[in-house]
Amino acid sequence: MAKYIVKRLLWMIPIVLGIVLLIFTIMHLVPGDPARMILGVTATPEEIEALRHKLGLDQSFFVQLANYISGLFFHFDMGNSYVTGVSITQDVLSRLPRTFGLGMISMLVSFVLGILLGILAGTHQNRWQDRMCMIIALVGVSMPAFWLALMLVLLFAVKLQWLPAGGMGSLKYYILPALASSFGGIAGIARQTRSSVLEVIRADYVTTARSKGLKEKEVVLKHILPNALIPIITVAGASFAGVFGGSIIIETVFSINGIGLYMMSGITSRDYPVVQGCVVILGIIFSLCMLLVDIAYAFVDPRIKAQYEGESKKKGGAKA
Amino acid sequence: MAKQMRIKRNSQFLDIMHRLSKNKAAMAGLVLIIIEVLLAVFAKFIVPYDWNAIDIANANSFPSLQHLMGTDELGRDIFSRIIYGARYSLSIGIFATLITTVIGTFIGAVVGYYGGTFDNIIMRILDVIQAMPPILFNICIATALGSGFMNTLVALAVGGIPGAVRLVRGSVMSIRKVEYLESADSINCSKMRTIFVHVLPNAISPSIVSATMNVANLILTAASLSFIGLGVQAPTPEWGAMLSASRNYIRNYPYMVLFPGLAIAITVLALNMLGDGLRDALDPKLKD
Repeated sequence: MAKYIVKRLLWMIPIVLGIVLLIFTIMHLVPGDPARMILGVTATPEEIEALRHKLGLDQSFFVQLANYISGLFFHFDMGNSYVTGVSITQDVLSRLPRTFGLGMISMLVSFVLGILLGILAGTHQNRWQDRMCMIIALVGVSMPAFWLALMLVLLFAVKLQWLPAGGMGSLKYYILPALASSFGGIAGIARQTRSSVLEVIRADYVTTARSKGLKEKEVVLKHILPNALIPIITVAGASFAGVFGGSIIIETVFSINGIGLYMMSGITSRDYPVVQGCVVILGIIFSLCMLLVDIAYAFVDPRIKAQYEGESKKKGGAKA
Repeated sequence: MAKQMRIKRNSQFLDIMHRLSKNKAAMAGLVLIIIEVLLAVFAKFIVPYDWNAIDIANANSFPSLQHLMGTDELGRDIFSRIIYGARYSLSIGIFATLITTVIGTFIGAVVGYYGGTFDNIIMRILDVIQAMPPILFNICIATALGSGFMNTLVALAVGGIPGAVRLVRGSVMSIRKVEYLESADSINCSKMRTIFVHVLPNAISPSIVSATMNVANLILTAASLSFIGLGVQAPTPEWGAMLSASRNYIRNYPYMVLFPGLAIAITVLALNMLGDGLRDALDPKLKD
């Protein structure tokens, strides 16, 4: 088990390096001279040249890339914003908790509600509960998250005035954003849960569990769910992508001052190092989440666990 | 005698179409899509107003018989704009998916058939791209390319290629060892001919389902990009751009935000229903 985790952690290094390389290259292709943009139209060529030298823009692509990577990994320095001149690392770190917190709340909501709806649908196949859950799920994957967010604001903040329309503060500020960003995830997880519940519900061990007189609740929780969980985890992993990728949209709608809104401000003011830094950070967080998902597989499925434990035993050391 | 033979020869395609036609939800989706495409094509003859005609006197008027969906802050008829908007949203979704599928299928088929080092290199690159949330990758490309219709289309198409490659590669690899490829090899059929005539037709069906779903996804993503100001820009009646422009009026004129969003949701819903139906029709496990 430990060996599997270490192996998976090591594989993170080339992936993260690759993400940085890819984003840096794409951002490098943006037309226009940043130095000219920072200084404005009134700047003299000498001033522009001096700033280009200061920012390292007069060096070759590979030197700039190497500087960025060494700055990022050895000093955790992502450069400074073109517009404010403030260190991007600082700005990102101060906003990270909000984005991460909202992401985790949304994931929790998606996972719990998605599985509940999916089980309800799967155990009542072709009855009204099933139809209702699947219609909710189908509508859920079809709605744009930002429109859902706007509609939630309209209903709960403008019309009913129960909840704040945006900003930050106590827990109730998180309700609408979390709901809006988890809806897609709920829908996806519910659909997958239903189909994997349907796959195992006719298995012999479920019939056995029922015939030995277990309560329906116990059959579902102890016999059906554990065996249906693997594909559900895969889909849940994919909804991490929706949550962190969608943070830019949700945070814009609810004016939550997180990484997404920071990236948005970078996009509108053409502050490319900011966009680059935000994408790199969100990309790294997302790959860490996927790493956790992969490890979760091994915990959920004893077969995967046994595979790795068996392997290390074969090689002669009882390391696992 | 010949007549009987013809009846018995049911092609796989007809089989699939038959199963699809029995699926009510999928048919409803298909009908909706066809209606929308027709509306988009014949928009000129349907809309009551010019989509860009500014009419300040009638600005911000609520839905009525004159203006079915009301007018926006410049007095432009929202109904007309939504009908014209279908052109942009549908064509971004469809053309970007076409580009993605063609390029993805080509790369996927070649690397899946040859395998080896080349395959390894391509797959590691795709691993990196897919280690990012897809919309972030789209945002990066869109930032680099700038906004506008064509740039958004390219950004979305490029972003989808990794998924398409992986899908085709998987199904090509699953049929690499079958006998008819061996016999194609033995009669000295060229590699390219083998790939495109013998391999692809037998490995393409997952791509068809995924392409339908992809159109739906891309319409959503394109709307999101326009919403954050990276996609299609304001005067163009793209649905996401309309939402982005009317966002500030949500308190007093909620209908401005309601209708473009409904248009997106209905389109995507129809495509998803069709996609679900296609997947069920192509799934051999459900074959009767």
